Amino acid sequence: MVYKINQFIFESYLSEMKTLTLFISLIITLQGWSQTNISGIVVDNKKKPVPGASVTIKDSYDGATADSLGRFKFKAFDKGNQLLVITAIGFKTVEIPVELKGGDLELPVQLKEEVTEMSAVVITAGSFEASDRKRAAAVLTSIDIVTTASANGDVTGALKTLPGAQQVGESEGLFVRGGTAAETKTFIDGTLVNNFFFSSVPGIAQRGRFSPFIFKGTVFSTGGYSALYGQALSSALILESIDLPEQSSASLNVSVIGVGAGFQQLNKQKSASWGINYGYTNLTAAFAVIKQQQEYSKAPTAHNIDANFRIKTSKNGMLKYYGFYLTNSLGFRQNSLDSLGYKDRFALTNGNMYHNLSWKENLKNKWKLNAGVSVSTNKDDIAFGMQDAAKNDVLLNGLEYKQFDVNNKGFYANARLVLEKRFKGLNTLRVGTEYNHSDDKNNFTAYNGMLFKSRLIENIYSLFAEQDVYLTNKLAAKLGARAEHSAYLNKTNLAPRASLAYKLGKESQASLAYGIFYQNPELRYQPAVNPLTFMKATHYIAQYQKTTSATTFRVEAFYKQYDNLIKTQNINGREIGSSNNGFGEASGFELFWRDKKNVKNLDYWISYSFLDTKRDFLNFPTAITPNFAAKHTASLVMKKFVTKLKTNFNLSYNYASGRPYYNIQYDANTNKTFFADQGRIPDYHNVSFALNYLPSIGKTNSKTFAVYVLSVSNVFNLKQVYGYNYSGNGMRKTELVPPSRMFIFIGAFISFGVDRSEDAINNNL
Amino acid sequence: MKQVLLALFFVNICVTSFAQSERYTGAMAKNLQAMAEAKTADAMLDVVNAFERIGNAEKTQWLPYYYAAVAQVWHAFMVNDPKQNDVLGDKATAFLAKAEAIEKNNSEIALVKAMIATVKMMVDPMSRYMQYGTISAENIALSKKLDPNNPRPYMWEAQGLSRTPEQFGGGCANAKPIFEEAVKRFETFKPATALHPNWGRQQNEQALAACK
Repeated sequence: MVYKINQFIFESYLSEMKTLTLFISLIITLQGWSQTNISGIVVDNKKKPVPGASVTIKDSYDGATADSLGRFKFKAFDKGNQLLVITAIGFKTVEIPVELKGGDLELPVQLKEEVTEMSAVVITAGSFEASDRKRAAAVLTSIDIVTTASANGDVTGALKTLPGAQQVGESEGLFVRGGTAAETKTFIDGTLVNNFFFSSVPGIAQRGRFSPFIFKGTVFSTGGYSALYGQALSSALILESIDLPEQSSASLNVSVIGVGAGFQQLNKQKSASWGINYGYTNLTAAFAVIKQQQEYSKAPTAHNIDANFRIKTSKNGMLKYYGFYLTNSLGFRQNSLDSLGYKDRFALTNGNMYHNLSWKENLKNKWKLNAGVSVSTNKDDIAFGMQDAAKNDVLLNGLEYKQFDVNNKGFYANARLVLEKRFKGLNTLRVGTEYNHSDDKNNFTAYNGMLFKSRLIENIYSLFAEQDVYLTNKLAAKLGARAEHSAYLNKTNLAPRASLAYKLGKESQASLAYGIFYQNPELRYQPAVNPLTFMKATHYIAQYQKTTSATTFRVEAFYKQYDNLIKTQNINGREIGSSNNGFGEASGFELFWRDKKNVKNLDYWISYSFLDTKRDFLNFPTAITPNFAAKHTASLVMKKFVTKLKTNFNLSYNYASGRPYYNIQYDANTNKTFFADQGRIPDYHNVSFALNYLPSIGKTNSKTFAVYVLSVSNVFNLKQVYGYNYSGNGMRKTELVPPSRMFIFIGAFISFGVDRSEDAINNNL
Repeated sequence: MKQVLLALFFVNICVTSFAQSERYTGAMAKNLQAMAEAKTADAMLDVVNAFERIGNAEKTQWLPYYYAAVAQVWHAFMVNDPKQNDVLGDKATAFLAKAEAIEKNNSEIALVKAMIATVKMMVDPMSRYMQYGTISAENIALSKKLDPNNPRPYMWEAQGLSRTPEQFGGGCANAKPIFEEAVKRFETFKPATALHPNWGRQQNEQALAACK
């Protein structure tokens, strides 16, 4: 086009050629004269140079890049009033009006830091994050949870290798910093989970009901957690379920303990998915090979079916559903301590249903919505009793109380709404409300057929607000408060929370956290003799952390004060809440070190916790170090991937110093409890080993992906003692030990990926 | 004279626009040269900034933004600090989005998407492989489909494979046939103009040679 017009003009006005040439050269020369030499230094708000900053005259070719000292220099050919634009990663863009009139122009440029997720300090006091999120600083990833040898594929098993959690093996749950397992609450997509673990079995820790594969993010807070969560004196385990899968797939697993199969379908637009899984567990074969401490009349069996759907409702919106139904049963007997030659029998049948629906959406004006509802039911049918050597049920004189049935039925509903508003930088306000409903029906049938019924309905209403304040990239605070009203206790509380983080250097930071936490006394001790109130804990935490791309080091110290803990009375052999006169405290420090780089192909972490705690609660005669608190706890976890063998070798070692044990008996004459026996159990050592063989890893075209697992717990067959069981009169005791010293798991997990890359291409066209 | 003045006016416009396009061509060529010669991360960042300036000034050309994204990817590789890869990858994505707003369904742009996915995967390959490996594979396939004669998706795929251990389905034996597919296409590939993407031939030959 240009050439054509040019030609036309040139042909028509050939005679004018000379004049034109003169004219053109004049214009060009004039333009040459008007160049301005711009130079300067780009610095940040601390007057430190910003190398790599881009300096340019807006909408022109002219500009330069600041050198290592922040200096820049270039020639600008435009004239008059222009804008000088300076940009650099991590800084706010600056536009400076300049007048270009030739000659030299020297400009100092100062940039202001931009507070961004990548550069800003993170408030980490008291919490461990395990996620696949952008931030590379996450302590553990979801894969780590699955590949920790001692975890046996259980979420909480992996968390027990982190500082703060105890190695309690005789019952399920996370015992954090001197707190009981009931003081740790679990949340999935924001809503409280009431029966996270399989129903309790005496002396045997139960696994979580949820597969670690359904979570993409885990935040394990060992104290000082956010105002968004409540009703947990010690710790919050916050789990986030996965979003859309990468592709459609089918899966199959076979192991020594059961079989399972599933299907996951992703639509063509990659905007919605649904899936369904079924699993059957039967430990008959495993228990036939690996001798158990208990004599099983019915080895544990379970059926579980789960379903999910996930729908992208907008660019950032997502609606997720996850639900399951699970039923399990087991029965065993073991030698009775109360009458030699006889056995104690135990049987359990459980049915549990769980549904969780959550919705997140970006609204107008930088508002975000997070809503969730969960509904669950739980039914336990438990039978206790005695049998003679011929396995006939018997009722012994004076020991009639050992035969009873318990039938529990629970219905739980949680709803939660959080609105989040993002202000300038990362400053964010969150406000929300939560409603927790529980309805527990308990039927107790004594040996003589007498039926004791109780029903407890609780409604807890909560309101909370939290503000993230980023003063600079280096200094951030989180201020929050939570108010709760318990309809059952007819009490209201207000819990302030605050945390502060300061970035000391590029890779290191210090954090502080403070907070008050309330929790209802456990329902099993209620209805109480006297009106009860909330139990209370106050946390103080200080932390230092240094993170590089391959290593994490952190040290944390804490002090925790307990007030208004529940005390119980013995009424007709039952422990019933009597007052809130309990109290306690816990202090300690913890170390964590993870290194993925310095030893070739080896990824390992070490954690150590020191805990000093005493409390007076329940039936304790006085303030004591509880039987679930070890002074020293340590873990070493190692993972090594051997490329040649396509095999991941995982080894872990857990240690806990001897915990105290007590036999607390009730004296009917004084109406008081006393120590009939006490002492200290031996130190706990456990070395576990696991091997994952992945024959199809890395094959991008592979249609199947298989993982073969072999895991052995307590490899050295060491004796582990968790405490003692006592006869009713306290005269006899036996060691409380794991059901088997060693356990071996062998399994295969195969997923059949339905390759859809062809579809993806067609959709993009 | 009125006619002469009018003509002069036209001439001035034409000269300016002619100069403008020559200036664009010249600046692009100069930066392409600088990109080929950049040996350090700093030098590469300078190239990124220069292409960004041209892109911002021109507004209707996709090539400056495309090259800014490519140079940004090289810059990330040269910086070689996985912790920064998310930020640098996001910056490259922003350039590429501007290029794509002008030029849609382009094989070269699809390939850069695959390159950025690799940059992001490197932050934590173990846990990001599933997500970014898929994005990378999809975009390599898309790039091939949009222009079956483009040698670069083959080169990028082969390079990725050659760096992957044999046990994972990579290694030279698996990469070689794809390198050779790339060689075939490099021999016949003709860029639309001198400024259109025509890089990678030497890189491909070196990588293939290293495999022998």
